[in-house]
Amino acid sequence: MKQFTYEIQDPLGIHARPAGMFAKLAKSFADSTITLTKNDQTVKATQLMKLMSLAVKQGDVITIGVEGGDEAGAADALEKFLKENL
Amino acid sequence: MILIQGKGVSRGVVKGPLYFYQRTDRQIVQRVCEDLEAEKARLADAQQRSIEQLGVLAEKCREEAGDEAAVLFETHAMFVEDDDYVECIMDMLDSEQCNAEYAVQQAGEQFAAMFAAMDDAYMRARSADIRDVTTRIINNLLGIVEGGIDSDVPVILAADDLAPSETLQLDKSKILGFALQGGSGNGHTAILARTMGIPAICGMGDALKPELEGRTAYIDGETGRVILDPDNLTLQTLREKFEKQEQLKALMQTMRGQEDVTLDGRHINVYCNIGSPEDVAAVQANDGQGIGLFRSEFLYLASSDYPTEDEQFEAYKTVAAAMNGKRVIIRTLDIGADKNVGYFDLKKEENPALGVRAIRICLNRPEVFRTQLRALYRASAFGKVAIMFPMITSVWEVKECRRACEAVMKELKAEGIPFNPETEIGIMVETPASVFVAEDLAKLVDFFSVGTNDLTQYTLACDRQCNDLGKFFDPHHPAVLRALKMTADAAHKAGIWVGICGELGADLSLLPTFLAMGIDELSVSPASVLPLRAEIRKSIAQLCTLEALEC
Repeated sequence: MKQFTYEIQDPLGIHARPAGMFAKLAKSFADSTITLTKNDQTVKATQLMKLMSLAVKQGDVITIGVEGGDEAGAADALEKFLKENL
Repeated sequence: MILIQGKGVSRGVVKGPLYFYQRTDRQIVQRVCEDLEAEKARLADAQQRSIEQLGVLAEKCREEAGDEAAVLFETHAMFVEDDDYVECIMDMLDSEQCNAEYAVQQAGEQFAAMFAAMDDAYMRARSADIRDVTTRIINNLLGIVEGGIDSDVPVILAADDLAPSETLQLDKSKILGFALQGGSGNGHTAILARTMGIPAICGMGDALKPELEGRTAYIDGETGRVILDPDNLTLQTLREKFEKQEQLKALMQTMRGQEDVTLDGRHINVYCNIGSPEDVAAVQANDGQGIGLFRSEFLYLASSDYPTEDEQFEAYKTVAAAMNGKRVIIRTLDIGADKNVGYFDLKKEENPALGVRAIRICLNRPEVFRTQLRALYRASAFGKVAIMFPMITSVWEVKECRRACEAVMKELKAEGIPFNPETEIGIMVETPASVFVAEDLAKLVDFFSVGTNDLTQYTLACDRQCNDLGKFFDPHHPAVLRALKMTADAAHKAGIWVGICGELGADLSLLPTFLAMGIDELSVSPASVLPLRAEIRKSIAQLCTLEALEC
């Protein structure tokens, strides 16, 4: 299990477009289970609608968890995506 | 050979597959389903089709609008496959043993409601995305194509008739021609076809059978015929016509950039009639010298509530700016009669053409009128806008319109919003009453524009929507032409200019008559500009006579 936290910088938060891109990226790591946690709510990163329903805003701190498969590779890719897009 | 005879309402020959317009008539009812596996297979198929369609949309969007916009469709495609959404649909199928359409609709409502209940305004708005995706899947389940043309190749669009709001949503690049069971030469599909410069036939009746869907057909907008499996002789004639038509089109291109002037030096303004800002491209492609009639109805027909001042302003400004200083005559709201808009809540009338329509609605509802006038004056700062009022019968109406304009200008001035106080104001002359009092009306306005379609209807007591009037509906009737002459004389006596923005303006056989009357402007569909220019350039105005006015 690999974990990291990230503080959202984007003024709009995780809106539909980046949520879609994030879920798409998470889906590409088929052998890993990737979760996203805000406060005490956790959703699978591939569950687009649930992910959006967290309504993650600018300044929110989210925790990403990766389990199984290429943990380190997936975590790096996801962190890079967050830094570039959110 | 199958030959179906109708009435040609827009010229040209074209060949293509027949495609019947599909109306969205979606009443989802819950049904008990015996074979759940079959429903699931249908669902999987509809999901697959939805994803493919969204992929195509995303690609199209990426080419036209860039990556940002395209990702939205990709997100929609992900919604289609979203685990929770699909799980919810499957649960519904299993527990209710119902049809897939019902399950999708219920799941869609549930998720849309979830988003709608969120605190965040942005997320609340996403419920519209969920509904959009849900509708797409349901349409694919039902085999419905929403207001559109589900074909990779351009088609000949067949329908009973098309409502103005339906024609607005059509992807015009997919339409080669129209074949209508009903409709008339003055109907809105016919006008659209002429604007687009593509052939159209109406009044085909039941002979145009839906079974013909997908069959290759020729349509000839001149003879009013739809032909399937032509015999050799017919095929040869059609091909020759088609070749000549293409040659003529090429020849007409040499008219671009030429002046609209007769051999003896009389200048005519050749302008265009348009129905939406999209049509400006056609005006420019055909070298129109201005816009003689911009029908503002599209704004009202395309929306489900009164369009706001800003929405209207944007549309008018777009056209005014795109025409780059050339005159753009915008006609105020002209609904009623054959153009109805639900939210206006108009009373059903026995004779809507003689009822509360056009300027009568505006004068009865000052707030609707004021919104449009404000948008028009604001747009006047961005180009050469002129305002035109339709269906005028009396001097007091024009005075009241002018007062409304004055009031709006005063407001804008007080608010510090720029506008052109010299904006030209004109009226449509389309009722016999306005012809009889034309000399008095001319003193109050900057120009006249004759709407020959309505003027013919009201002068000859012939309903323009009615297909059976045949020879009785005669726009060349001396009474109509004499009314035109009276209007032109009244305008010139008062020192204002007069134009024609009805269909008659493009009737080349009447050009000598118009030149003899001294008509200053002809506003025609964009496709008619170059042929009209060619005809003007070989005319001699001084030799033209008024013999067409004799009975």
